[in-house]
Amino acid sequence: MNELRAQLREWRAAVQKRLPPWWSRALAGSLIALGIVLPFLFPSSSGFMNATIIAVTYAVMSLGLNVVVGFAGLLDLGYVAFYALGAYSLGWFGSGFFFKARVHVLVSPVASTLPGVHLNFILVLIGAAAICAAAGALIGLPTLRLRGDYIAIVTLAFGEIIGVVAVNGQSVHVGGGMTLTAGNLGISAVDAPYFPGIGSFNLLNLRPWYWLIFGILLVVLFVNLRLRDSRLGRAWVALREDEVAAVSMGIPIVRTKLLAYSIGAAFGGVSGAFFGSYYTEVNAGQFQFGFSIFILAMVIIGGLGSIWGAVVGGLALGYINNYLIPDVLNGLPGKFGLNFQLTQVEFGIFGFLLVIMMVLRPQGLIPERRRRLELTAEIVAEDAQLAEVPGTGGDAT
Amino acid sequence: MEGARCAPSTSIKLHQHAAPILHTGTVETRTISPSPPVAPLRRLAVVRRSVGRWGLIAALAALPIYYGISDLTHGYQAGFVAGHAVIHHDLSKLGFNFAAGLSNGAIWALIAIGYTLVYGIIELINFAHGDVFMIGSFTAVGLWGTLGLGLTTGALGVIGGLIVTLIITMIVTGSLNVLIERVGYRPLRGAPKLAPLITAVGFSFILQNVGLLWRGGSPQSVPDLIRAQQPAFTIAGVPILRGYILAFAVTVPLVFGLTWFINQSRAGRAMRATAQDPEAARLMGINVNATISLTFLLGGMLAGAAGLVYALYETNVWYFQGFEAGLIAFTAAVMGGIGNVRGAVLGGLIIGVIQSLADSRMGPQWTEAVVFGYLIAIMVLRPRGLLGEETREAG
Repeated sequence: MNELRAQLREWRAAVQKRLPPWWSRALAGSLIALGIVLPFLFPSSSGFMNATIIAVTYAVMSLGLNVVVGFAGLLDLGYVAFYALGAYSLGWFGSGFFFKARVHVLVSPVASTLPGVHLNFILVLIGAAAICAAAGALIGLPTLRLRGDYIAIVTLAFGEIIGVVAVNGQSVHVGGGMTLTAGNLGISAVDAPYFPGIGSFNLLNLRPWYWLIFGILLVVLFVNLRLRDSRLGRAWVALREDEVAAVSMGIPIVRTKLLAYSIGAAFGGVSGAFFGSYYTEVNAGQFQFGFSIFILAMVIIGGLGSIWGAVVGGLALGYINNYLIPDVLNGLPGKFGLNFQLTQVEFGIFGFLLVIMMVLRPQGLIPERRRRLELTAEIVAEDAQLAEVPGTGGDAT
Repeated sequence: MEGARCAPSTSIKLHQHAAPILHTGTVETRTISPSPPVAPLRRLAVVRRSVGRWGLIAALAALPIYYGISDLTHGYQAGFVAGHAVIHHDLSKLGFNFAAGLSNGAIWALIAIGYTLVYGIIELINFAHGDVFMIGSFTAVGLWGTLGLGLTTGALGVIGGLIVTLIITMIVTGSLNVLIERVGYRPLRGAPKLAPLITAVGFSFILQNVGLLWRGGSPQSVPDLIRAQQPAFTIAGVPILRGYILAFAVTVPLVFGLTWFINQSRAGRAMRATAQDPEAARLMGINVNATISLTFLLGGMLAGAAGLVYALYETNVWYFQGFEAGLIAFTAAVMGGIGNVRGAVLGGLIIGVIQSLADSRMGPQWTEAVVFGYLIAIMVLRPRGLLGEETREAG
């Protein structure tokens, strides 16, 4: 086993030596180009396009959670709260839900005749990001004194409370006969994104949706990459690795932690608003604890703290959840004579993936460099030994 | 190395702010830094500490006191007579809430002990624990079918059958918990703390889906073997239902047995030693892995017992009960001070009462939010819980 690993490392080093220095940029560029032309390869409203849009949105969420869990090391088990708040921002500011109000800002001609608050989709996205950033900071406040598992529990509790409020919001009146949420009935007929000159999106043609969320993904990805190497990003990593040392180096702990929560939450809010619009409904039933774990699974499977890992994890679980399990493998248990559908047990499958991943490859698919070192201390020691042997050359890590 | 990072310093690690200030005696402070600015800082810490303790107690007492006063002054609707609402002005409704809450809390206490034992020994929130409890319920209900227990079975048959069920269920859930530890947590002993937590969540989902496939997606009613909702007797106008007696009849001996085991037996001493310092325990010849397995076995057995009591008490089971119960019981364990068995029992009883008050006064749909609100309040006010200072002692 160890020999195999050493062999693999050697090959990797050899490959890396042959590649030109610009290969990673070229790879990123060609991936982006592939991402842009992808919709032309499939029918405009196929199941695969649908799965792709959802998977890309998951990737955005995964990137958001990665900021909190991966960069700053604050285990957040209530990320679904930001999905909920983002989706409700759309429900509140992009539908006829507040039927007494009449506010219209840059919306489609149809929507501008309807009652309710209708803001342009970009404004909704900004609003969702702002609301979630504030909520993120609010959730972060009580966890400042806590560590590890306790943070997980507080965030979990907040997520559950927001879920309960979403379900019971029908009985919370905000005046004029209007309620806070529509509970399990759902706020439906939310506005589709509309841009002057392009028109309104509809579900018959999924391509514009895809390009919109792909654009959001690129923006979020860019922000993430810049953040990681910024002063703030390094402060997060320092806090994650050793809080006491970081504080004694002069890192402002409150601001740094709250910013992690806020920024992570803002990305969640943006993708939540997108989901609300894409599903054409904001239903309290969507905001379950399982979803938080689902997003966490993406981050973990991708590799905690690794930006590309988060993207890969989000896409992978997105496709597994929305394409592989329901469309491809759903009848599989039936073929073995078992009386259930695979979609029934999807969370069990994710649970299984999580366990397998943690036991076999805790660093994730594309591990962050620093965490890989941390998790595979014995490999590092081995590497050091290898490095001492003359002729083997430098090692890959 | 990994062991040393793990258990020995919970209180310090968890309460970074409180710990150094709390442990600094007056004399010590003066000798270390004689400068005057120390005094306001210490006063602040004392204020913060007392706000923590009394704030938590005030928060806990707020609900019963509020509803007690409201019952006495405004009264409550006790029923209808000839189309008119009967308004009572006494505390018997509150008493009924308490009786229901305490007995429900006895079940949460059994589950909370499982959380607290595991946390005390390996500092892991065993997310799968609630689902082990659910599997316990399902196993128990399945066994009734196998043993032929039903509504027509005689009293002796029911009692005998239930004892057999209890023993088998406890063995099943205990072994399940040990198995989970062996497969999911032990390989990750050296990994960062996040890793076993995530496998725990993974196991939780796996068990939930096992339950889903076992008994379907909606609550299933089970035979009401003990007529749980019939009052056995009445104390001061508060009917005590048979289910309440059952909850205490199972919980109290188990809790005393467990306390005895931890405090008196050799294995219990090994558990306490491992909780205190796994590395030192290993050096003293304690088999740490076996001790951890034993802890999971005990936790799982208690969860199985709780599962049986829950099925008898609620007379329905469903696959999601474990998740809800797990969160509630974990809140209870945190409230009592995680790692502390007495704290878990106290927390379980308190959470039971809060839950029963919220159920009956605000509506069950808000209960979850109330319980979690309390969880956050505890975290803000007193993260180490009510009896948390004894963390290292209780195993």
